[in-house]
Amino acid sequence: MSRAVEERAPRPPAGSADQAIAGYVAEFDRFDQAATARQPAWLSGARRAAMARFRELGFPTTRQEAWRFTSVAPIAREAGVRAGRDGAASDEARDLLRRVSLAGVPAVVLLDGRFAPELSSLAGLPPGVVVSDLMSALGSHREPIERHLTHVADATHQPFVALNTAFLDGGVLVVIPARTTLSSPLQLIMVTTGAAGRAGQMTVSHPRVLLVAGERGEGQLVETYVGPDDRPYFTNAVTEVVLDAGAILDHYKLLREGSQAAHLGSMYVEAARSSTFSSHSLALGGQLVRNDVVATLGGEGAECTLNGLYLAGGTALIDNHTTIDHAQPHCPSHEVYKGILWDRARAVFNGKIIVRPDAQKTDAKQTNKALLLSDQAQINTKPELEIFANDVKCTHGAAIGQLDEDALFYLRTRGLTLADARAMLIQAFAGDIIQRVKLPTLRAELERTLQARLLEGAS
Amino acid sequence: MAAPMLEIRNLQVRGGGKDILRGIDLTVNAGEVHAIMGPNGSGKSTLARILSGHPDYELVGGEVLYQSRSLTDMDPDARAREGVFMAFQYPVEIPGVNNAYFLKAALNAQRKHRGEPEVDAMEFMALVRERAKLLSLDETLLNRPVNEGFSGGEKKRNEIFQMTVLEPTLAILDETDSGLDIDALKIVASGVNAMRSPARAFIVITHYQRLLDYIVPDYVHVLQGGRIVQSGDKDLALRLEEQGYGWLETEPAGAR
Repeated sequence: MSRAVEERAPRPPAGSADQAIAGYVAEFDRFDQAATARQPAWLSGARRAAMARFRELGFPTTRQEAWRFTSVAPIAREAGVRAGRDGAASDEARDLLRRVSLAGVPAVVLLDGRFAPELSSLAGLPPGVVVSDLMSALGSHREPIERHLTHVADATHQPFVALNTAFLDGGVLVVIPARTTLSSPLQLIMVTTGAAGRAGQMTVSHPRVLLVAGERGEGQLVETYVGPDDRPYFTNAVTEVVLDAGAILDHYKLLREGSQAAHLGSMYVEAARSSTFSSHSLALGGQLVRNDVVATLGGEGAECTLNGLYLAGGTALIDNHTTIDHAQPHCPSHEVYKGILWDRARAVFNGKIIVRPDAQKTDAKQTNKALLLSDQAQINTKPELEIFANDVKCTHGAAIGQLDEDALFYLRTRGLTLADARAMLIQAFAGDIIQRVKLPTLRAELERTLQARLLEGAS
Repeated sequence: MAAPMLEIRNLQVRGGGKDILRGIDLTVNAGEVHAIMGPNGSGKSTLARILSGHPDYELVGGEVLYQSRSLTDMDPDARAREGVFMAFQYPVEIPGVNNAYFLKAALNAQRKHRGEPEVDAMEFMALVRERAKLLSLDETLLNRPVNEGFSGGEKKRNEIFQMTVLEPTLAILDETDSGLDIDALKIVASGVNAMRSPARAFIVITHYQRLLDYIVPDYVHVLQGGRIVQSGDKDLALRLEEQGYGWLETEPAGAR
């Protein structure tokens, strides 16, 4: 190698992951100083540690087991531009919001990852319940934030959690005090408008949610993500959930991201003794989607239910990675994920169940089913059971198939067109997940969306 | 005289790599009930399936005219909307599809095709309650997934129940009597008899004469080796009951 080359400053080639990382580092350096001025030292420290960790981890590659079937190349070519700096809610944002908002349900709206009070409506929440911008709450509700924020999610091993944490500068805090029940569900709506990007450039937002439910606190939360169809953007979302003893949370994640969007989202849950956590992951949009759910059942008798329904057409990829960590005895968990794929869509399902040595009398059941409506649709599915206790019940099953030809014929002999018969069978397949949705307005919305998406490609 | 409702001419059908029907001729007029009998493997069920449009069978020769139009050129659902109904020998279970919901969708698809207004939920429930009663069908079955967990008898009654709701012009009953006890058989037969009318025709496929004590046919045909080898009136069924099918092999096919 010649001396001239050695002396040249190292510059990663354009369009490479290294360049994208360098871009995030540069952006971080610009952002860090201002953020440090308004944040407590512990948080700035956590952010800097997370940035350092992101630099070390880099973007995951398909050589890593957890990302084997999911290439993040589309978002690793260049750093996304942080979106929405002008702060004003555009007409587009209001339109997107209208499309997904459940009428009559209190809503917190985040615009490009930042709390948008002018779009939020929080009337009717019981006294004591906190729903606030995470940063403004740093003063008023320091205790739960300092105790839990960045401590539940895993920024050490998961690069996107590290990236989200590095840019932590907003988000939502929800606190349900002990022995308090939310009288109505609460919506968290994350709207991406990607307003800051120059033409063709990907924008990025890092929405963050911390939900803490005190002893026997109870609530229903609908976390919705929506964005435009006409341009690429990247939503890098992290949600941390802490349930104290006997708390009950029914969580819905409704993904209505745009057709060019990348959504990489993780939800980390710590469930204490006798608490009940139910998750409904409803992924109805996005081009590259990764949903991680990691639930730790850290107290005796904690119960966990994970339901999932995902739809993908075109060349979309949707990856669901779930982990249920049974750390204590007598914890039941139930998991049912169902996917409907058409065109050349791909899906990944990885369901990990850990049963620690102390977790006797664990009862874990996992089911995952996929309906492939075309010859080129594809799914990679893997149960991953790590069992270290001996008195446990763990079952898992996977079924991948096409529409039942005999059933189709039967329906047609009664006068239903092929398209109607197919739609009826597809809806029947998705039906049991939809029926588990306890909010009638959300259930109706789901049925409408399912129908619309099926008309678009699956019939 | 009006054209026949159904005219089968020299029908030849292959399925599973074998010639199954080897030249069938059959004419069915409105108002008639035709019974098709025959030993196992004679092609009875194939005839039912080719009439309903099952994709596993290949038309090799001949034609089937329904109301003077080629039936085999129509999709299965188009046949249904034109008034052809088949009661399956083995009704399929369809998890997740509600029985009443499905039947309402089917009825409305047919009504729409005929240019009639769709029935609303109230009208529909009144109709199905009445028809379910006619067939002593437990009303709870209406709100269960189609045929899922139904007993053999319940499945057969559900088929005839669907028929009474959809009110077809031509109904084909494929071994509806198999697996039914005598009480259920009487109920099913009374459901069919209640539907008999000068405008409607039935093709009743059965292995046993017993059903024909309750659904009395105008004509009986014996299918053997993929051909109709004998046709007659209901007395032919009685002779088959007494003597079996063996004697037919030595006698030439009788004229209709």
